Amino acid sequence: MIEAKAITKIYKLGDDEVHALDGVSLKINDGEMVAIMGPSGSGKSTLMAILGCLDTPTSGEYLVDDQPAAGLKESQLASLRAHKIGFVFQQFNLLPRTSALENVMLPLTYDGTKIKDRITRAEEALETVGLKDRMKHHPNQLSGGQQQRVAIARALVNDPAILLADEPTGNLDSKTGAEIMALFQTLHCSKKQTVVYVTHDSFIARHTNRIITLMDGKVLRDEINKNPIKAGTPRPDELITNSNGNHGAEVLQ
Amino acid sequence: MSILNNIRIALRALKANKLRSSLTVLGIVIGVAAVVALLSIGKGATQGITSQVEGMGTNLVTVSSSRMFRPGGVTSSSATLLYSDYEAIAAKVDNIAGIAPYYQTQESVATSNRTSTYSVIGITPSYESVTLQSIDLGRFLTSSDGLTKKRVAVIGATVSSDLFQGLNPIGRTIKINNVDFEVVGVLASKGTSGFMSGDSNVLIPLETGYAKVFGMRARSNSKYTLSGISISAATAESTDTVISQVETVLRSQHGLGLNDDLGFSVSSQAQMLSSLSSITSTLTALLGAIAGISLLVGGIGIMNITLVSVTERTREIGLRKAVGAPRKAILFQFLVETVTLSLIGGVLGIALGSAIAGIVTFLGLITASITLDVLVLSFTFSALIGLFFGIYPAWQASKLNPIEALRYE
Repeated sequence: MIEAKAITKIYKLGDDEVHALDGVSLKINDGEMVAIMGPSGSGKSTLMAILGCLDTPTSGEYLVDDQPAAGLKESQLASLRAHKIGFVFQQFNLLPRTSALENVMLPLTYDGTKIKDRITRAEEALETVGLKDRMKHHPNQLSGGQQQRVAIARALVNDPAILLADEPTGNLDSKTGAEIMALFQTLHCSKKQTVVYVTHDSFIARHTNRIITLMDGKVLRDEINKNPIKAGTPRPDELITNSNGNHGAEVLQ
Repeated sequence: MSILNNIRIALRALKANKLRSSLTVLGIVIGVAAVVALLSIGKGATQGITSQVEGMGTNLVTVSSSRMFRPGGVTSSSATLLYSDYEAIAAKVDNIAGIAPYYQTQESVATSNRTSTYSVIGITPSYESVTLQSIDLGRFLTSSDGLTKKRVAVIGATVSSDLFQGLNPIGRTIKINNVDFEVVGVLASKGTSGFMSGDSNVLIPLETGYAKVFGMRARSNSKYTLSGISISAATAESTDTVISQVETVLRSQHGLGLNDDLGFSVSSQAQMLSSLSSITSTLTALLGAIAGISLLVGGIGIMNITLVSVTERTREIGLRKAVGAPRKAILFQFLVETVTLSLIGGVLGIALGSAIAGIVTFLGLITASITLDVLVLSFTFSALIGLFFGIYPAWQASKLNPIEALRYE
């Protein structure tokens, strides 16, 4: 469970102060699948950094599994990330020239796990994402979807309280993207894994049970999505709006 | 995060860029090799010179006219060492075990079919014991040779092999400055080929030299002159007393006051040894410093390549931080990389430097002396270079903001 209470984040740009987050409060329970949605500049990246313990808020409280994370030192934040947070990025961010297995083992090298357990747990995580037969492959020998699966296995390997996915399908074609969404839904359903998507794409957001919309650093809406889209459903025409061939973004007013 | 783990990560990163890593290591290899080779050769040279000087006897005090050190080559008659100075020193100075006056010139020396120029030295029989000469063949010069002005000579080992080509020279005739001399003895080689070796000398009785060879060159106001006087002090401790007594005698002989320039150099082997070894160790230090500069350049190479590597791996660093790597793990990872590079360079450099020193020794140029302290010094220095030049890039890497690092293109 994670809980944010009246979080603000202020960046100083010269003499100006930018209020990236302006009093955000939210609570995500264990086993929830949530999307945090908003356009560029809405503060969703800043919120993700704080939820992921990569940064601390200027004011407000943030609790990860009842542990306070606001105002922690850098090394304490690192330790919290090692034990409680799993990240999945748009760019996959796998280490090149390093096998899938060793990529998945990476978080365990920083949380004090013994080397023998590291291998077992990394193998289990890869099995969960369906890549048991690709463990020795290097990232350049894997397809985009497979690389993202390795990244998801890496995020799962330390059994995190929360899995933070930042535009996880942004670099994939729609079919592969749907497979990744299906994987997240499976993890959510069968493993009760808490998943938080950070996305600007309302179609992706509608795959979750709850959509939190950010606007100008504040929570605009926090609504339950009773009928989440099942992964694999084709994207409706009205959501294909971009001329540059990317998945369309629903532009918020 | 164990050290072993870090080393494994570092080695993988270095292996990923083999050419770049090898070139960086090469910089350190050259630096360390230069330091090892130059210091070993310098040390060897110092030891060689020291043993040569020691071979001449540590109790030795040498008196010579110091006119050759005067600027402009001006000589003054008061600085001419006279045979009477030798007699006065022999009579008045205590603690002398032996005293040997000599007059030395360069003369052409010929056999029936060969001619060459050697140092021809007029000596008295005490020269043998004072300068630690020994006879290989025949006999040394005796006092009766001098008294009767016999034309006899003792030749050095090199002279013997040059002029007689392995024939037994005893009883054969050589012409010194066109005067016939009979070879009566050959000196044992001192085994060194340095500037102080006696192997290229031809020794003749001093009196014979004055009468038949040196002529007017060895006279000053119709008095016989000397090139120098070698004195063997009774003990090593008494050399200083002997030096000051000799100086007193020379001042009174030449009518010099205490503040006048003596015009002679009176020095012991010990003094010579210390001035020689200070020269050679200065040279060794200088060579080592020059080599050290190349090691420094190698270190800058490490720093340069690590900075590039940090920039290239910005996203990797961001990712490691995102999955829980604390700052010190990142710092340590890059430090281990630079220290690994410099240690590999250090080991290879020591091997290469020792090989160079070995080749120099094998070729007979200088007997290089590879000592443990030189090896330890260069190994430690190369590790420190890696640490020192690694700290800045590693620190740069560790303070990267993970959010920005992950978005770095």
